Amino acid sequence: MNFQHITLISFGYFEKNILEKISKEVSQEFLIPVKVKEGYLDLSDFLDASRRQYNGTDLLKEVDVMYATDPVKTIGLFSVDLYIPILTFIFGQAYLNGRSGISSHYRLSNERYGMKKDDVLMLERFTKEVIHELGHTFGLIHCHVPTCVMRSSTYVEDIDQKSMHLCAQCCSTLSLKQPA
Amino acid sequence: MAKNISLLIVDDEESVRDSLFNWFIEDGYRVECAESAKKALSILEKEDFDIILADIKMPGMDGLEMLRRIKSLKSDAVVIVMTAFATVDTAVQALKDGAFDYVTKPFDPDDLSHLIRNASKQILLAEENEALKEKVVSLENVEDMIGRSKAMVKVLKQVEHVAQSDSSVIITGESGTGKELIAKAIHSNSQRKFFPLVSVHCGALTESLLESELFGHEKGAFTGAMYNRKGRFEMADGGTIFLDEIATISPKMQVELLRVLESKSFVRVGGNKEIRSDFRVICATNRDLKSMVENGTFREDLYYRLNVVNIHVPPLRERIEDTPLLVDYFIKKYCLSMNRPPVAIDSSALKRLQEFDFPGNVRELENMIERAIVIGNGKEIRMKDLPMGKDVIDTSIESLEDHEKVHVQQILQKYNWNISRAAKALKVDRVTLYKKIKKYGLKAE
Repeated sequence: MNFQHITLISFGYFEKNILEKISKEVSQEFLIPVKVKEGYLDLSDFLDASRRQYNGTDLLKEVDVMYATDPVKTIGLFSVDLYIPILTFIFGQAYLNGRSGISSHYRLSNERYGMKKDDVLMLERFTKEVIHELGHTFGLIHCHVPTCVMRSSTYVEDIDQKSMHLCAQCCSTLSLKQPA
Repeated sequence: MAKNISLLIVDDEESVRDSLFNWFIEDGYRVECAESAKKALSILEKEDFDIILADIKMPGMDGLEMLRRIKSLKSDAVVIVMTAFATVDTAVQALKDGAFDYVTKPFDPDDLSHLIRNASKQILLAEENEALKEKVVSLENVEDMIGRSKAMVKVLKQVEHVAQSDSSVIITGESGTGKELIAKAIHSNSQRKFFPLVSVHCGALTESLLESELFGHEKGAFTGAMYNRKGRFEMADGGTIFLDEIATISPKMQVELLRVLESKSFVRVGGNKEIRSDFRVICATNRDLKSMVENGTFREDLYYRLNVVNIHVPPLRERIEDTPLLVDYFIKKYCLSMNRPPVAIDSSALKRLQEFDFPGNVRELENMIERAIVIGNGKEIRMKDLPMGKDVIDTSIESLEDHEKVHVQQILQKYNWNISRAAKALKVDRVTLYKKIKKYGLKAE
């Protein structure tokens, strides 16, 4: 691949070890160095007060315009509830074959569904979603292999069903390594 | 073979269009967007989409009006309407106007994916259903290809070889020899067998009708063109097109056909969009195309384009050893379709069939057997059940008197020697009939 590196930009507070863990997994999956940066956006510009959610489409556009540069793949990391106008919520979004994507861990924690807090599980889910959105920026579409990280996930249970890795088919599409 | 489903999103809000575009493109669909109903209709005039996802509330033409217009262009279009202002009345109206489904914004992500998956499934099932129907018909007919004679075995071997290639084929032979069955057999044994075999009887259509039939037409291309219509070349995409009676097409159509065969693309009548189709062509004719080329009535370049392989189907009189097999096959076929027990055939009747010239070939033999089963006694096909002695002129009888004798005899047998009824059928009085019986020495069997 001709990409220099992947940049993860955190918007809002993220614990250092979370960002380190995600960048390590991402780097191992795509075999490209990963840089972590901090970004700033006034999220109130993206808030839909009636839905009490943040417009993912506009946020993605903003990340793409303000932070993405060629030949780098950029993912914005958020901790707010994302939506797109047509859907009730999204975990993340990316430009297919583009240079940027976004992902939020807001709906990925167990507590949100009345279950016991599990930070490890939440981090695992977030990492999968970041890799998933990055896959789209590399041109991968949703995959039907149940364990492939590119499988579409509507609920957290769907995320838990899949692995953190690309399947052989998606790997070969990207001419990447085989999954571990 | 997985089909790439195409989606047209129609919504006046840019953010909605963008959201849906990004959502579906990640699922691998081919997606296009239109910001108004007017724009969508102009896109649809140039290009087909499998699913149209349209907002109801739009400035100018609303979604319901657009739905009605799309349905008038393409009655089987799958349109899903969406709105943020759901009322039962609009939902019912949309469904009455032919919408596939009706959804309220915003949707749950899962609902949206399910909705599109269901619509895709319906489209693929409808297409598969059409292809399977064609396939069943072609398989049913291929069974009719019967023959152990040298001439027929040679033809069947040719079919086997030709089926593996993608070359154009011309099938020649007299009318009724089974040229269409040969075409079906080639298709059914080829790699294109899971795609349609589309037949066109060129001789039955005028030049303009044939043009519209082969290439399709756009709505309004001519009087009566109420809808956009796919042509036969388009329908045969991935499969085979069979052009029967190819020798009858006009010089203009010969030029058009040559162009399509060379480029595998064409434009619908009244349209301007180039449509590509991947088809194999098989033609049939009962005429001598070579001599038509020599006398200038058939284009030489088209002849060579079509005549990569030539299969000649022999007439029945040149393979009389196949007659008993064919007779047996047709007896079983028609007894089964008429729900009757199998009937036998009298040896003298079979001998007569083998001696007969059959100018109408296998088709004539098949009709004869069907008729014999219908009018026969239900146990055995006898000489008198076959039309050769009745409807067909027996050239061995030359004098008028002999003909009269045979005819009077047949009518008397038909009416069980009831003199009144036989005389009435012959349109003579009873006295005259008695005189004829006496004159020819006729007696009841």
